[in-house]
Amino acid sequence: MHIVVCIKQVPDSAQIRVHPVHNTIMRQGVPTIINPYDLFALEEALRLRDKFGGEVTALCMGPMTAEDSLRKALTFGADRAVLLSDRYFAGSDTLATSYALSMALEHIGREFGVPDIVFTGKQTIDGDTAQVGPGIAKRLKYNQLTYISKITEADFEAGTIRVERRAEGGVQVLETKLPVLITMLEATNEMRRGSIESALAAAKAKVHVWNAAAVGIEDLTKCGLRGSPTIVKKVFAPGARSEKAAQLPVDGAPEAIAQAAIDAIFARMPGIETQLFEMAAQPY
Amino acid sequence: MAEDTKPAASSRANTKKELPEHFKAYKHVWVAVEIEHGQVHSVSYELLGEGRKLADKRGVELAAVVMGDDRAALDAAAAACFEYGADLVYIAQDPALAHYRNETSCEVMTHLVNTYKPEILLLGATNLGRDLAGSVATTLATGLTADCTELAIDDEGSLAATRPTFGGSLLCTIYTLNFRPQMATVRPRVMPMPERQVGRTGRIIEYAPAIVEADIITKVLDFIADRDSNKANLPYADIVVAGGLGLRSAENFQLVKALAEVLGAEYGGSRPLVQKGWITADRQIGQTGKTIRPKLYIAAGISGAIQHRVGVEGADVILAINTDPNAPIFDFAQLGIVADAVTLLPALTEAFASRLRVNRLAS
Repeated sequence: MHIVVCIKQVPDSAQIRVHPVHNTIMRQGVPTIINPYDLFALEEALRLRDKFGGEVTALCMGPMTAEDSLRKALTFGADRAVLLSDRYFAGSDTLATSYALSMALEHIGREFGVPDIVFTGKQTIDGDTAQVGPGIAKRLKYNQLTYISKITEADFEAGTIRVERRAEGGVQVLETKLPVLITMLEATNEMRRGSIESALAAAKAKVHVWNAAAVGIEDLTKCGLRGSPTIVKKVFAPGARSEKAAQLPVDGAPEAIAQAAIDAIFARMPGIETQLFEMAAQPY
Repeated sequence: MAEDTKPAASSRANTKKELPEHFKAYKHVWVAVEIEHGQVHSVSYELLGEGRKLADKRGVELAAVVMGDDRAALDAAAAACFEYGADLVYIAQDPALAHYRNETSCEVMTHLVNTYKPEILLLGATNLGRDLAGSVATTLATGLTADCTELAIDDEGSLAATRPTFGGSLLCTIYTLNFRPQMATVRPRVMPMPERQVGRTGRIIEYAPAIVEADIITKVLDFIADRDSNKANLPYADIVVAGGLGLRSAENFQLVKALAEVLGAEYGGSRPLVQKGWITADRQIGQTGKTIRPKLYIAAGISGAIQHRVGVEGADVILAINTDPNAPIFDFAQLGIVADAVTLLPALTEAFASRLRVNRLAS
């Protein structure tokens, strides 16, 4: 059994700062982390391996510095790490990203065995698109299972899997055949801690580094900016509304400020006043 | 996913290439309508409202695509789509479409797109819509912009899709210039609900895909409905009270709940509160949480980062309470109080409670 987990190294969003004048992202000194949603995918993969045997490969596309995240994945317990890195991938949108990753996954299949399951997180915290997982599934012709909250049964002999999928207003119980691509829902498991031994081993472990040519990409026009149908034309900070907030007086006791605030709300929206009073008039 | 790390001023950014000849036949604006268990998700109507504006600007038709098996539900959905602005409804009916499955829905949608060639295809950024959009865009090898907060047609007739970027710190405008359809998803409640024009009607085009169930690999075994009792209904609440890091502690978050209770409101919080474990993820308000459109939104101790702003800007009136007079939330709130929310919230709760009590006695 072979499971591949796609992870992305992202800037720690809590620490991103925007330059107040130039509206550019100040990347300097912003630490990077494994996309938090990907950890649920990684943990689920490790649990399946612990139960059924086999191997877990962590795959990351990104700059050479993304090796850090792969070593972290090894520390958590992944058996193998592959970094897909090439300047031709720079500027990839989701379509170009899923192309490069699917080519790497096919190469992983040739080198280390065809994956029965490919995991991704439900989305990243920097892009938030949730498109790359489905893109990979479509390209590899894997059955697609998104927003999975639970894997209830897996039979690698028979090649079947049963899962619970988060849907509108409830949970869908789905059964399908391997191979599958699963995007794991958040808060569905808790990431194990890596031991000091595994951290030491991970620091020394080999990280396979592949470029476009290594995974058999011949048509570079499918990669990076050239392979991306979407074009970012403008990045900007939203302007303030034409009028800024009307500041209410803040002299005096909190009680007085509160009364003034309520007066201001009701003056602006008599409808709310009526609605509140109607609600209050309802019997308990 | 990597969309966001693309350099702002790419070499292609200002070069508009000629649309390839085979894409020139692509016309009309489509909305993929989301139906589960016979119910149309309201995001589909919100998209029809937005799609109507885009179609009018382009001088083309607005079409809705509905899929399912239950004839009555499909007809009802089509009728509603006309009343919310569609000129045309494509109905795909098949027993295999009774429940949403990626395999079948992706097949049907790509077939319809390849046959009828829309220039724009909009989907809800729900679990269903995102599941479908990613695979349809990949199959068609076209561009897809997720979670748009604004859609417009530019001077050259292209779709300009604006969305938050860099974890919600900035906005960016994304184009799909040389591929069709131009695809975008929009989260529920980001666009206003259009007015329903009762009696408005249009044309229907039927499609019977004749799916052989035995050929479909993924089976839907069951659906376990959520128990509704404890579920937050933030997107549709009339009044929402929310707290941010300015509350300083999880205990102080109780002040938000107390005010919400007096007002019969829903409560929620900003993203850092989920990360700190003060609130559950279903109460997160903002780009990656819930988008709300209440009549009144009270934001206590929330600074108003862009990712929060895009989730609340649809509110009629925003009252912001923050100690920092330069907090960005005062840029988009209508009413502001520069004060410590921890002190002011109990006063507000008491003041509302006493006024409503007075009224109760009077009535």
